[in-house]
Amino acid sequence: MNARIVRLTYVATALIFVLVVMTTYWQTWAAPGLADRQDNSVKRVAEFTIDRGLIFSFEPRKRLARNREREIDGKTLFFRRYPQGALTAHVVGYSTVGRSRTGLERSLNDYLTGATGNLSTLVDKALDELRGRPVQGNDVVTTLDLEGQQVAMDELGTRCGAVFAFDPRTGNVLVMASSPSFDPNLVEESFERISRITADCRPAAPLVNRASDGLYVPGSTFKVITASAALESKEFTPDSTFVDPGYCTVYGKRVNNFDTSSPFGTITLENALAYSVNSVFCNVGLKLGAKAILAQARRFGFYVRPPLETPVDERAPSGLYRNGELYVPAHDSDVDAGRMAFGQERMLVTAQQMAMVAGAIGVRGRLMETQVVDRIVAPNGRVVTRSRPTLVRRAVSKETAQAVARMMRLAVERGTGTAAQIPGYSVGGKTGTGETGIPGSNTTWFIAFASRDEESPAELAIAVVLERQSGTGGTTAAPIARAVMEAILSSTRENP
Amino acid sequence: MSARSRELVGIVVAGLIAGAALASVAIARDAEVSAGAATYGALFLGLYLAAHVVVRRTVPFADGALLPLAAVLTAFGLALNYRLDPDDAARQALWVVIGVGVLVGTLIVLRHDYRVLESYRYLFGVAAVVLLLLPSVPGLGERVNGVRLWVHVGPLQFQPGELAKLCLIVFLAGYLREKREVLAQGRLKDFGPLLAIWGAAMLVIVQTNDLGSALLVFGIFLAMLYAATGRALYVGAGLALFVAGAAVLYDALDRVRERVTVWLHPWTDEPVYCALNGRLELRQDCASYQLVKSLYSIANGGFGGTGLGRGTFTSTDGSELIPYLRTDFIYSAIAQELGLIGAAGLLLCCLLFVVRGMRVALRAEDGFSKLLAAGLTFGFALQTFVIVGGVLRAVPLTGITLPFVSYGGTSIVVNFLLLALLLLVSNRANAPR
Repeated sequence: MNARIVRLTYVATALIFVLVVMTTYWQTWAAPGLADRQDNSVKRVAEFTIDRGLIFSFEPRKRLARNREREIDGKTLFFRRYPQGALTAHVVGYSTVGRSRTGLERSLNDYLTGATGNLSTLVDKALDELRGRPVQGNDVVTTLDLEGQQVAMDELGTRCGAVFAFDPRTGNVLVMASSPSFDPNLVEESFERISRITADCRPAAPLVNRASDGLYVPGSTFKVITASAALESKEFTPDSTFVDPGYCTVYGKRVNNFDTSSPFGTITLENALAYSVNSVFCNVGLKLGAKAILAQARRFGFYVRPPLETPVDERAPSGLYRNGELYVPAHDSDVDAGRMAFGQERMLVTAQQMAMVAGAIGVRGRLMETQVVDRIVAPNGRVVTRSRPTLVRRAVSKETAQAVARMMRLAVERGTGTAAQIPGYSVGGKTGTGETGIPGSNTTWFIAFASRDEESPAELAIAVVLERQSGTGGTTAAPIARAVMEAILSSTRENP
Repeated sequence: MSARSRELVGIVVAGLIAGAALASVAIARDAEVSAGAATYGALFLGLYLAAHVVVRRTVPFADGALLPLAAVLTAFGLALNYRLDPDDAARQALWVVIGVGVLVGTLIVLRHDYRVLESYRYLFGVAAVVLLLLPSVPGLGERVNGVRLWVHVGPLQFQPGELAKLCLIVFLAGYLREKREVLAQGRLKDFGPLLAIWGAAMLVIVQTNDLGSALLVFGIFLAMLYAATGRALYVGAGLALFVAGAAVLYDALDRVRERVTVWLHPWTDEPVYCALNGRLELRQDCASYQLVKSLYSIANGGFGGTGLGRGTFTSTDGSELIPYLRTDFIYSAIAQELGLIGAAGLLLCCLLFVVRGMRVALRAEDGFSKLLAAGLTFGFALQTFVIVGGVLRAVPLTGITLPFVSYGGTSIVVNFLLLALLLLVSNRANAPR
């Protein structure tokens, strides 16, 4: 019988060995994956014992998120407060016990809790733990311009929409405003007050970051991309002339200009962009084909989530959508290139993406990675990471960029975007009015860049989008863009 | 060093571990070593020293490692219960005292020859079946969490499944010792009682929905059958029967199906039907809530753990994050606060207990003693595997206790009884002739 008992011993030993292996698996191999899960309340609550890193704006330097200590059952817990309230709610997000996290609070959680970083951060953390002190997280300094952000939120008011502004030379995000907003201080205890927020659109959806996650019909702002594709194809020049009949025939159907009362007659491509002539772009689109235009859109960053430090699911990729999914046409004939060329045809874009388009045109074709974090600083003052300007790619050639920039400047000088003129600066912009089919419910746009003069690269690029407007992009969105740009440019002039 | 001297040293070490753990919890909670913690520590050491004295008198040749290992395991349990709820720790401590009392009593009563048990084998067999089915008797059983495990008799309540396990092992040791030659020949009519046990195990699942106890009982039965007959074929056939029976029940019983579904797919991306509230919910928010939260607790421990008293088991408003933490999920609390090091240490203690127990079986001379010790030890190992494996998602989760560690009176007392039997067998095997 002894040989069998020895075998049973092996089996029993193996059973317990399996337990050791499984414990090791969950505590080492699988632990990071579990820690990232949204429903991991254990980890989430555990992290409230950490003296979480603060979040700052760049200019003026103010605290966007701070901690309030509370003693519960002999434990010191750190709860979040957001001194700026609704102003930066979407970028900063919130960190709560009950409703998990959003925004930078979520995506930078490992830094804010001191869980990542280099060896010395980890050693500091381990020493804090051994001494029984609260672990201190790393502080985050964002690139946000708080005055510009305030102007953007004031200008948006009760309207639903978004403003995204950044420095196209570095990619640093200056304004990321989404309206309606919410007070993140209310999320934990009076969430019902947030769910009661109303605005000029329904549902108001205050929690959605419309600047990076709101998908809108681009309207005529898409003509910037069509114009870029046209010039890159070498088949057109800014001086290519067209005869505008006031409409364009697509598959036997007439596509009218926004205002068909007075056809422009003979017009150059340059003026067609300045005055936003649909028929011209319709014909350019038909000539280029959908795939060539989409290829250009991709070079501007379409079809991938635009880069930013916020969580992946708070940023939407721009492109053609079908049944709620990104859609890549296999053949030119799958998409109506004529309608797409001036921004209809199930093309959906975000404010962030369109600001990136304007920015790339403003800095001679160089598409930079947008970034909202300037640096992350350890408790001892040492900089853990510092962001650097990163080139995504050249979206268009220098010549094309300069030609399209000239067209956009023309649009602000004497075209549809005159409301965005800023004294002392050379502004190039493009209006957009996306018709949703319901009167008084247009999506209006203005995208723009601003430089000191026509020769120097743009210092600022912006996209403004508004929902449910009765006016056009030139009358509704362009004034907002001007006000925000003026606020940012005046502060940078004071602090060059 | 003699076995008794080693036992004494081991108990002192276990006492130091318990004292350090309780002090650590007290410091984490109140920043000072409270009187309560010190009392528990002293009580713990005194209790086991008393047990040691009785062991020295009654079973002087018994294995010297078993009692200290049990002491360390109860130290884990007491420290964790003290950390989670000091009131429960007082009750748990009381049960440990009663358990040691039962150990001492058993040793004294059976010190001359425990083999009298063999002559009552059928009584034990009947008792096992009755105990297993007791919770499903109307008026006695109480359904907790969909599983009938508890029996109420007046103010007393206990889990008869734990005791049934022990009775079954005694019965099987006697029965298999008697019948092992004929069983090895494979005559069909001799399998009647064994098939009856299989049937009883299946009936237990149906009646009480308690997959864990059925698995445990049947696993012990197969292991002892193999040790007695040496026929691997029986084990294979038995396993096949069990799997077939479980598969039929899987279709028939929602409870079993749910346990298996939760085991295979604890997380869903889309809401699924939730039987608890009849709405569509993510499974991690409904059926697999306990398991998933327990895994989060384990993962939060990491390599070194958070430290005793510093783990996260409650939300900031004091509400529980992990249900059934002190009983079914005590292991996930240990794994969080003591980390991989502590959890592996606990498992190592279990492993040593198993190895020592099997050594007792190897050294025993008669078939009954061998089968008894092997069955008791294998039962201990299998029970550890079923509950900890369930918590670790290695097998479907079932609500049975972790021997010596989990909060629960019946479990503690029965495991001390198991320890007493092992010591008795060991004493006889080692005794000079």
